[in-house]
Amino acid sequence: MKFTYFPGCSLKGSGRAYEESLFVVCKQLGVELEELDDWNCCGATAYMAVSERQAFGLAARNLALAEQKPHELIAPCSACYMVLKKTQKYVAEYPKIGQEVHEALKRGGLNYAGTAKIRHPLDVLVNDIGLDAIKKQVKNPLKGFKVAPYYGCQIVRPYADFDDQHDPVLMDKLFKALGAEVVKYPLKTRCCGGSLTGTLPEAGLGLSFHILREAQRRGANVLATVCPLCQFNLDAYQRDMSNKFEPVHMPIVYFTQLMGLAFGLDAKTLGLQRGIISIEPLLKKQEVVA
Amino acid sequence: MKEQSNGDIRIGCYICHCGTNIAGVVNVKAVADYAAKLPGVVVSRDYKYMCSDPGQVLIQQDIKEHKLNRIVVASCSPLLHEHTFRNALEGGGLNPFCLQMVNIREHDAWVHEPGEPATEKARALVRAAIKRVALHKPLEKKETKINRDVLVVGGGIAGIHASLTLANGGMTVYLVEREATIGGHMAKFDKTFPTLDCAACILTPKMSAVGENKNIKLWTYSEIVKVEGFVGNYKVTVKRKPRYIIEDLCVGCMKCVEACVFKEGKTPDGFNEGLSKRKPVYMPFPQATPPVVLFDPEACIQLKTGKCKKTCVEACDRNAIKFDQKEELIEINVGTIILATGFKTFDGKRLPQYGYGAHPNVFSALQVERMVNASGPTEGHITLKDGSKPKAVGIIHCVGSRDNRTHRWCSRVCCMYSMKLAHLIKQHTDAEVFNFYIDIRAPGKGYEEFYERLQEEGVHFIRGRVAEVTDWATRKDEEGRLVIRVEDTLAGFVRRIPVDMVVLANGLEPQTDSQDVRRMFNISCSTEGWFLERHPKLAPVNTFTDGIFLAGCCQGPKDIPDTVAQAGAAAAEAYALINAGVIELEPNTSFVVADDCSGCKTCIPLCPYTAISRDDVSKKAVINEALCKGCGVCVAACPSGSIHQNLFEDEEIFSEIEAIL
Amino acid sequence: MTTIRQTIKYDAERDRNFPKEIMSRHGCEKLYGCIQCGTCSATCPVSSYMDHTPRQLMALTRAGFKKEVLSSLTIWLCASCYACTVDCPKEIKITDIMYALKRHAIEEGVYPKRFPIPILAREFFKMVKNRGRVTENELAVRMFLQSNWFAMVSTWRLGLNLMRTGRFSMKPESMDRPEKLASLFQGGPR
Repeated sequence: MKFTYFPGCSLKGSGRAYEESLFVVCKQLGVELEELDDWNCCGATAYMAVSERQAFGLAARNLALAEQKPHELIAPCSACYMVLKKTQKYVAEYPKIGQEVHEALKRGGLNYAGTAKIRHPLDVLVNDIGLDAIKKQVKNPLKGFKVAPYYGCQIVRPYADFDDQHDPVLMDKLFKALGAEVVKYPLKTRCCGGSLTGTLPEAGLGLSFHILREAQRRGANVLATVCPLCQFNLDAYQRDMSNKFEPVHMPIVYFTQLMGLAFGLDAKTLGLQRGIISIEPLLKKQEVVA
Repeated sequence: MKEQSNGDIRIGCYICHCGTNIAGVVNVKAVADYAAKLPGVVVSRDYKYMCSDPGQVLIQQDIKEHKLNRIVVASCSPLLHEHTFRNALEGGGLNPFCLQMVNIREHDAWVHEPGEPATEKARALVRAAIKRVALHKPLEKKETKINRDVLVVGGGIAGIHASLTLANGGMTVYLVEREATIGGHMAKFDKTFPTLDCAACILTPKMSAVGENKNIKLWTYSEIVKVEGFVGNYKVTVKRKPRYIIEDLCVGCMKCVEACVFKEGKTPDGFNEGLSKRKPVYMPFPQATPPVVLFDPEACIQLKTGKCKKTCVEACDRNAIKFDQKEELIEINVGTIILATGFKTFDGKRLPQYGYGAHPNVFSALQVERMVNASGPTEGHITLKDGSKPKAVGIIHCVGSRDNRTHRWCSRVCCMYSMKLAHLIKQHTDAEVFNFYIDIRAPGKGYEEFYERLQEEGVHFIRGRVAEVTDWATRKDEEGRLVIRVEDTLAGFVRRIPVDMVVLANGLEPQTDSQDVRRMFNISCSTEGWFLERHPKLAPVNTFTDGIFLAGCCQGPKDIPDTVAQAGAAAAEAYALINAGVIELEPNTSFVVADDCSGCKTCIPLCPYTAISRDDVSKKAVINEALCKGCGVCVAACPSGSIHQNLFEDEEIFSEIEAIL
Repeated sequence: MTTIRQTIKYDAERDRNFPKEIMSRHGCEKLYGCIQCGTCSATCPVSSYMDHTPRQLMALTRAGFKKEVLSSLTIWLCASCYACTVDCPKEIKITDIMYALKRHAIEEGVYPKRFPIPILAREFFKMVKNRGRVTENELAVRMFLQSNWFAMVSTWRLGLNLMRTGRFSMKPESMDRPEKLASLFQGGPR
């Protein structure tokens, strides 16, 4: 299975571990990833705040480039995933936007047909590859791992193409298949604060804190995410949270990293050392060979 | 025109202004002038309101004065005034079927901009009508007798009231109810708003009256499976499902239930909304009418495996149990039908953010009704699932109503019943009660006063639609409780309110099989699925099918007073037909020209009213005029063109088309 | 000394064009149907930090009180989590309205001085225009420099952590040929 890969700005920087673990896990499952050539930033949430037309144009350029290949497009970052999907829908639904985007892209020598299929790796790995194929690869079942799956906003809102909007379960199913215990908790789709943790921590910090505290209260010892910004927010500010509110301490991983661990792959190749809160103690305690 | 064999055709043509409805878009004078010049037209006028008395008199005078024998009226839809003008013709001494109406309002003025194209269209339509009407033949209306018996489908309060009204008037009523007892949703309620009358106390006398009334044939645990015929002459097939009890012998002593090998019930009790369990043999509820038990074939060991001690049979001293009872199909003949099939409540599971089905102490309103009721699963105590008393209760309005994602409509009764439940909960528990609403809808007699009373009782009314019910606690006092997060829009801030119990005011929706039912009876549904009334303001209980009437919530959500009023209205409409004794049938029926018929039998299975049969002697198709409704399917299907339809002859239709072109 | 302030909103203060303009944006058409139920505010995770709740802002927008709306901090606190859009019973795309209001406010320059969020948006915009991609730490630095120096100083620990774990990339992210984007930016922002 081959896919075109759209990293987005974060996966080369603060979200490196996501890319690293995704590559390694995909290789193990026979999924080939080819990076989209000369991709540009999708615009995330910031661009739409300045110019609607340019924001759609930016994202549409990536879609136009992706259409040149016959493969489906994987976008791991939740924001990129949502922005690309939204662009595709709005360009199709609103003729004015569609016209402006087509014209802008034509000026750049690109054709846009609106046919790119935008997928999230969670969807591809669990639904396309399938849990049976994944189970076959499990050499080190994650015994002793009590995982709180955190879905965040943008892979289930506003478009819920592959899981339920209020109660998604794909990660739950995945981690069970990896042999871990899944912790049910009510905040799994509540916003982590996005960029507010950096710009307005008085408002943003509390959002990420509550997610961690509730997961901790329900017995989780690790939290798994699908988005680099969520991972960053939950990982990087635990000291500040503990000072301001209550002590919280939990390693934050990407779901692909857990998959790699269960597959018995080397921890370094999975980027596990990149967590600010270290996962080492959990690994040592559970004697998971990495 | 002279080519036709109808003799000298003298046409009167009338173009209606309809105030400014038509005249504001179409140049009516120009159309009248144009029509005057067409062959066969003797008189051509335009007039402000043709349907008015002077308008009709105008036609009648012209008929006498100018010896007119065909009339064209260009005005509104025939659905509105064809009857009026046909009567006018009759009053003027002319056969009513020498009329052709042209719709230049709904088909022209109301859908186009003012100007020449609209007027040109009107000219073309009038031209077509004039050509057609020359070919009309005078027809005679047929009469058919109205069978005096009535079928009432559904035994809730609507069906009960309609049945009693008609039965007391001397009609024989077949009351067919799908459940094992009549009573419907009202039987589940504890008290009714705004008087707080005990629901059972006001309902059960009516239920008993039904059981005792000699004119009512009460068939519970039965369903309609087939409907044939037409107004005054319906043939209905009723399926009586097996209770495995001989109804006439059972007296409802319930010794069989006591003796059942199941020491306690294992099946969730539907009447108690799943809050209790019942045995395989059971009485639907203590005041069931008829007071007869029944067996559940999914749960009864004898019915599933054939191997049981059958202690029930031993205990029954009336020998009423019959395990080999089969379902029965009975055909009945009735003249009119009243549909009173009711509603179903919205399933709270469709809104996962409210936690119904996920958190044990989130209840539906009907579940709380059953709890409050003294003969319910908790004997009138309102308790949490663990048996303790709630200290705070939150009632959420508009669940599955006023919501584009579930149902757009307002379910009309939930504000009132939520207030009623608030009162009852406060009375039974002393808990702090919060009602979360968007608007308080209290429009009936005594309803606003009821709201005032509730406010005086100290119920907190918070204007805000609840976003979620969660067990996520942010403070000590929220731990272990259900937290409601809502914006108190009137006070102006977001609130987190911990409660122990949440009640969902679920909205009303059409029954699951409403589409199948309405197809069986050949009536229409609205887009939302409620049965469609003929006119929302002026004919709320009639349907577009003559002889079939609606009563109660199957037509749309409403409270008990409105339901009973509608049931009475439906009974009156049915009685009006019955008392008239006969109904005139439209003569636009089809007929077979025997010489042209080859006996190929193509038409016979196509007739939706089974009006066509094959004559064994002549080997040709024959149409029963009494059953024919003039749908035209056979006319179109006949390969040899031997079937014709009155008022819709080929020449008539072709002449119209020619004239338009 | 307690100051007594009077608040009456006069009809002359309303900008009747403002709601029409907002509702003409893509996705914002259904605002006319708002029944002020408050579901958006109740489900919004940051509504308790806002000076006007999302519902209040919708009411103000619909009524035409442009000044109050654009100077509200609410539009900047919106993290675009779409919880409101998903739960609104009238299917109003509230998040899209927030974006439209953000764009309006930036165009008219109406926001507190040195307020980090619009500054971040602007810097993001510039960076993508010039290089086609965003370099996260550079973006953060630029934002802090223009809004709050001291806040940046207090992030020293975070910076060290990121360097330690290899997540602090020194290399600026860029497309090979960022000028390829130029065609998209013609016509000015809207």
